[in-house]
Amino acid sequence: MSSNGALVGDFFMSGDIACAEGAISAGCRFFAGYPITPATEIAERMAERMPEVGGTFIQMEDEIASMVAILGASWGGAKAMTATSGPGFSLMMENLGLGIMTETPCVVVNVQRAGPSTGLPTMVAQGDMMQARWGTHGSYETIALSPNSPQELFYLTVRAFNLSERYRVPVIILSDEVVGHMTEKVTIPGPEKLELWPRRKPLVPPEAYRPYDPDPDLVPPMANAGDGYRMHVTGLTHDERGYPTMTVEAQQRLVTRLVDKIRANCDDIIQVEEDGIEDADVVVCAYGITARVALLPIQLAREEGLRVGLLRLVTVWPFPEKRLREIAKKVKAFVVPELNAGQMVLEVERCAAGDARVVLVPHMGGGLHDPGDVLDAIRREAR
Amino acid sequence: MSDIRSNGTHPMDHFLKADRIPHIWCPGCGLGTVLGCMIKSIHKSGFPTDKVAVVSGIGCTGRGAGYVHFDSFHTTHGRAIPFATGLKLANPELKVIVFSGDGDLTAIGGNHFIHAARRNMDLTIFCVNNFNYGMTGGQLAPTTPVRARTTTSPYGNFEPPFSIPRLAAASGAVYVARWTSLHVRRLERSMVEAINKPGFSVVEVLAPCPTLFGAMNKLRSGLEQLNYYRKNCVIEHGADPNEVDIELGAPIIVGKFVDIDKPSYLQLRGEAYATPVLGAGGDSGGARDQERA
Amino acid sequence: MKLWRRPLDEGRLRLPHGEIRVIAERCKGCGFCVEYCPRGVLELSAEFNSKGYHLPIPRRIDLCTTCGLCEALCPEFAINCVSVTVEVHG
Repeated sequence: MSSNGALVGDFFMSGDIACAEGAISAGCRFFAGYPITPATEIAERMAERMPEVGGTFIQMEDEIASMVAILGASWGGAKAMTATSGPGFSLMMENLGLGIMTETPCVVVNVQRAGPSTGLPTMVAQGDMMQARWGTHGSYETIALSPNSPQELFYLTVRAFNLSERYRVPVIILSDEVVGHMTEKVTIPGPEKLELWPRRKPLVPPEAYRPYDPDPDLVPPMANAGDGYRMHVTGLTHDERGYPTMTVEAQQRLVTRLVDKIRANCDDIIQVEEDGIEDADVVVCAYGITARVALLPIQLAREEGLRVGLLRLVTVWPFPEKRLREIAKKVKAFVVPELNAGQMVLEVERCAAGDARVVLVPHMGGGLHDPGDVLDAIRREAR
Repeated sequence: MSDIRSNGTHPMDHFLKADRIPHIWCPGCGLGTVLGCMIKSIHKSGFPTDKVAVVSGIGCTGRGAGYVHFDSFHTTHGRAIPFATGLKLANPELKVIVFSGDGDLTAIGGNHFIHAARRNMDLTIFCVNNFNYGMTGGQLAPTTPVRARTTTSPYGNFEPPFSIPRLAAASGAVYVARWTSLHVRRLERSMVEAINKPGFSVVEVLAPCPTLFGAMNKLRSGLEQLNYYRKNCVIEHGADPNEVDIELGAPIIVGKFVDIDKPSYLQLRGEAYATPVLGAGGDSGGARDQERA
Repeated sequence: MKLWRRPLDEGRLRLPHGEIRVIAERCKGCGFCVEYCPRGVLELSAEFNSKGYHLPIPRRIDLCTTCGLCEALCPEFAINCVSVTVEVHG
């Protein structure tokens, strides 16, 4: 254990536990959550570990309270996180919007399970992908990350905190029940080896500070409550002073900046993993656990002589539009396996814009794809 | 206008976001009065004002957060209390005050209200009760008295209302008081007590809503509602919070009903974690994980 | 002020006496201050401000003791009273 309480070393750990430890390594010292399968282990781990590292764990009365509590904690100066699954994610939507509107850094983990509604609480799906992008009302951009292993879940949790602090936006981790519950080796580096991006504080005194006056990268420096800045923070449309402003002009300025803040920084935010794209005829575009399932059909297809690549989405939102458009011009088809009725495939289709065929291999969840189904699709499209 | 001279400033301006005054509240609305009492009570409590944070929800009362010269957070409907909880626990040095309305705190926010009271969370709640949802045009609230008219109870409300003191006391609040916006001095004193008390304190403040509740219930001006309070209010400190329900035309019991001492959430947590909670060593996480796997 | 005997501290006696200040454009004519002034110092003016509200004006400023109730009750932060001490002689 390091001096700040974070673990260091090699561990045999489930994804949920790796996520909690990733948060702790990133400096998270506030967790508010509510039990829900398959994310409960994150809360349980935080309940054990937060007191050890001098942080706060609180089990709130529901997911709505959990989401709001982490916003409050963030304004109190803490890095804050909550974790849930589909039904809780739905409850959190309104206040995700509050976090986006008030530009509050925090991390929300959704360990996806089969829905809709109560669905299959203990079984995997990837049905909340679009919800992460569009689930709360209004116009905005979100950041969402999709890990495919406990090790990656550790790193992406650290990255989520970094992105949330840099861009002053809630960052969503779209994990899933299989990644969350699978146990694998996780190497946790010491804190000095982790790059942590600090909150940008105001450089001017309180009289000169305007809480929503952005720096050139469109992100305003953030004071914490108690720093003496006496700011007003509201979910109403506001001007640079933070004052509610009921005008068309204020709406245009604010919402355009909230959107552009992410879009203008896509190159910094987006991560993908590619394999064998350069000479591919068919590219399998997948994310999360399905990207691991796809490895076998890709390998088998290659053994049959087919030229198949893998584009793994690590960042799902903002969608890696630019890269996808480039690849679409050079390949015959995308095969998109997902544990849902077709969500990210819509983005692939949109970006391919007819330059390549796009084929969905859907699976409603509860289990993982039969690799044969993915292989069949690859074979058909490679002809 | 003889004998009136003003250089355009008011002694309270320093404590307000004066560039936002006049505020949006109606003529005769009691909210400005209550806001003034709150600001004065914060200053009298002695807390360093840099460390005071005011959290509100949605509604007319919720707009109050935008007018005070403190760190202020205007959150979503019903969620001021969990936001305040996160704020306080992340930085216990802050004095966190929730200033919100009866609908916001006891309808959509009801669950958070009772749980924060149950935990005896270190928060001070000023709940302004105008017996309806004013901001949206005067709808029924959980506090609307029986027989009162609102836009969603046009034939007269038949639902039994909450008694906020009973709700607060039953849920575990350690300080429960009720005043009106007429009782400015006593209200201010009560607010100071509530601010200084560790744990969950609730002060309910009845305030006029002339434009909506008043207009629909034959109390057509703020002044008439203040007169109604003067006529009907009875001060009974120590009254049983189970027996202070409000009915139209009947006496309204005001005063300090509950003032007890119980360990607050932070005190309980401090005791629970007083013995340092340490892992077994470098790979305690892994060991624990393997045990549970 | 009429006194029936000469006080021992005459000449040192100071009584608070108030003057009213009103920020005309903030007042919304609610009448709280007029109604609840314990000494009936105020009344509503005939004139009105730019929003059409009638303002409180003193009808008997000599009665004002700067109790501050008008200031405390005013929802608009529009009125305050200022203490002006007056030396009293018998």
